[in-house]
Amino acid sequence: MAESAIAHDHGVSHGAHASSTGLSNNKMGMWMFLGSECLLFGGLISTYMLYRGRVSSGPQPNNIFDIPFTSVSSFILLMSSLTMVLAVSSAQRKDDRNINLWLTITALLGATFVGGQVYEFTAFYREGLGFTTSLFGSSFYALTGFHGVHVSVGIIMLIALVGMNRNNRIPGDKAEVVELIGLYWHFVDIIWIIIFTLVYLIPS
Amino acid sequence: MTIIERPSTEVAIAGAVPVGVKPSEALGVFKRPAASSSWRDWVVTVDHKKLGIMYGVAAFVFFLIGGVEALLIRLQLIAPDGKVLNADQYNQMFTMHATTMVFLFVMPMAAAFANYFVPLQIGARDVAFPRINAFGFWCFLFGGLFLNSSWFLGGGADGGWFMYAPNSSTLFSPSHGVDFWTLGLQITGIASLTGAINLIVTILNMRAPGMKMMRMPIFTWMVLVTQFLLLFAIPVITVALFLLTFQRSFDATFFDVASGADPLLWQHLFWIFGHPEVYILILPSFGIISEVIPVFSKKPLFGYPVVAMSGAAIGFVGWGVWAHHMFASGLGPVSVTVFSMSTMAIAVPTGVKIVNWIMTMWGGKLTFAVPMLFAIGLVTQFTIGGLSGVTHAVAPSDTQQTDTYYIVAHFHYVLFGGAVFGLFAGFYYWWPKMFGRQLSESIGKWNFWLMVIGMNMTFGPMHILGLQGQPRRMFVWTEARAGEGLFNFGFWNRISSIGSFILSIGILLFIINIFYTHKMKKGALTSNDPWDARTLEWMTDSPPKEHNFDVIPQINHLDEFFHRKYEQDSATHSVTQVHSADEVMAELNAHPDEHIHMPSRSYWPILLALSLPVIGYGLIYNRMLMAVGVAMVLLTMFGWAMEPATSPDEDFDPPESGDTHAKELVPHG
Repeated sequence: MAESAIAHDHGVSHGAHASSTGLSNNKMGMWMFLGSECLLFGGLISTYMLYRGRVSSGPQPNNIFDIPFTSVSSFILLMSSLTMVLAVSSAQRKDDRNINLWLTITALLGATFVGGQVYEFTAFYREGLGFTTSLFGSSFYALTGFHGVHVSVGIIMLIALVGMNRNNRIPGDKAEVVELIGLYWHFVDIIWIIIFTLVYLIPS
Repeated sequence: MTIIERPSTEVAIAGAVPVGVKPSEALGVFKRPAASSSWRDWVVTVDHKKLGIMYGVAAFVFFLIGGVEALLIRLQLIAPDGKVLNADQYNQMFTMHATTMVFLFVMPMAAAFANYFVPLQIGARDVAFPRINAFGFWCFLFGGLFLNSSWFLGGGADGGWFMYAPNSSTLFSPSHGVDFWTLGLQITGIASLTGAINLIVTILNMRAPGMKMMRMPIFTWMVLVTQFLLLFAIPVITVALFLLTFQRSFDATFFDVASGADPLLWQHLFWIFGHPEVYILILPSFGIISEVIPVFSKKPLFGYPVVAMSGAAIGFVGWGVWAHHMFASGLGPVSVTVFSMSTMAIAVPTGVKIVNWIMTMWGGKLTFAVPMLFAIGLVTQFTIGGLSGVTHAVAPSDTQQTDTYYIVAHFHYVLFGGAVFGLFAGFYYWWPKMFGRQLSESIGKWNFWLMVIGMNMTFGPMHILGLQGQPRRMFVWTEARAGEGLFNFGFWNRISSIGSFILSIGILLFIINIFYTHKMKKGALTSNDPWDARTLEWMTDSPPKEHNFDVIPQINHLDEFFHRKYEQDSATHSVTQVHSADEVMAELNAHPDEHIHMPSRSYWPILLALSLPVIGYGLIYNRMLMAVGVAMVLLTMFGWAMEPATSPDEDFDPPESGDTHAKELVPHG
């Protein structure tokens, strides 16, 4: 026990006695954070669902959504989960070049999704749906905007990870760091599946 | 910007061998701060004990600020046609009083105890994420200062602590007070959320070998439940606060009734957070007195598993009772019935705990030291507050009581008579462990009795005032309409105001006690185990070393320390002391661990936390400043990510050969 309980921050490099549960501190911390995030999106989704049926001025959901377009960008986001898995898998095989490759592709797919969202927001705004136009406008932009910010933060983390990996500056266990960001990335994707279904696919 | 250099290694001084660039230095803006004994060490520390003390000091200062606000409220109501405050100032005063007491005193004070004692109680050397721990503290402090800076920038928030919509809109609350309130709570919310993740992982993952969940001290259990409540409640208030900020700063329509919005949305979001919040406030105090009562009764806690599980039950059921705050809002009979029943149900696990504490005392060898007095104060006063709480569960009765002083009486009995008394029990119980000196028992008794008398004089009459119909936020009363005889408003308001001053003298005595004990060196230097306690935090020095334990103990029992001191005769069930506390510690520490690497100090937590109020001020005054704040957040996060939590091994001195007692290695910086 010489290395003490504190050494956990290094990840698994200190051997089997790392934690009481066997899960590393970092991973458990990430799961807790994602659990908390569920409630954040829960609140935003509830707000949208409460207001979606309200009669209000301005454009309505049914005549503004471009389902084929959003379906394509959703597909792109879901594919980024696949490339993220490949990045994690390369990290576990200590295959540095492929880590960077797959992380970069994941970031690019994510950026495509965010770009699509920016385009979509602009189009909606031209059609007369501003943030302040109606309850639908406020709650739609708040919900999808929060999701977009989460994807963007994910992209920043992916790019930072590639940069740090190239300079060999990732502290601790590299495979675990990649996996943690992967967990976050999958979470954000899953949230999008829920948002896409509830907001776009189910007619109000 | 001050840059503290690392002390150079001998090699570097000699210049013989070029020192390789250490990973921790290469990309950071700063070199890692070095150990020092000056105030700087408190700024860059990641030590859970120092952070615990800082949480405590800051929270106590906010407690005094909130107390002054309360006294101004009581001064306004001491006489008819009060002139101390005008209506607007009165609104700000009760809003800021409640916000300060809830978010800036009770929650962080519980965090202070949790930070300090959870790692000690589970036999860990620090928390799971020491830098995040430091970040949480600075977020709380800067958030609290940001919130209170509104006093100097156009006045505080004035919508009541639950800030109901649409009253919180810019139309009805045009000053920046509510903006400071939403953003300030957002920042302290980050403190709570990061603290929750940190403590949950610490408790689940860093227990000493052999410490199963059902061997954890009950305070640690209650902290665990509290942190889960925080983990899931904070994001809900985060959403509500974001929506309100969007509404006030960007003209969104979430609570704009003219656009068809539903003001009940705010009430639901707020209370889904707000009701778990009240258990967040009380459960740590339940934990504290569950430690205190067995020690001063010389008996194990009666029904330990029941106490732990009833705490968890409160944690679960606490999510299903929020709408009892909204009975008067016209929810409809089904909702009212469901929430009415769940509210009655949650009284059961709470009652179970009260029974357990009483049964612990039953037949014990009671010593009425000050911590025990405060613990008994909690049990008694919380029971009164709990009973008036059950009357709120009855919807028809609650509809009468809503927004009257009866509510004020109820929640002050549970929060002041309960939570705050529990925290004071904690001060007196753990003071010797934290500072090595025992607070004066005689001043402590005065402190306790004045607080009991003051508290019951202040809040007891409010039951009568409320049932007579005095509205909760009435800022002035007139003699002509005060009523007659026993139910005269004026009489009971006067009693209540006088009580509040007695109460504050009691609290003043606590401060005097600290000065008496430390400045005048009157407090007795304590042994490591002055109360003959049962749990692990007493099995180390007072105050504990930086690394808490020389050896992480192997845990074989609930109340491990007690079992190392005492043996029970299986035939007669009589308990005899076989070892003194010092003998137990000497035995444990005979072969201290070597190569203990404590987490390293860091600048990043305070810098990251400092960027958040910048964003806040930017959002209120100048969007360019906001951009600066966001840039600061990104930069500090990068700095943070590149820096390993514990300096790499090569930064530490190699152990001197032959010196097996080199217990702690000081990193070069």
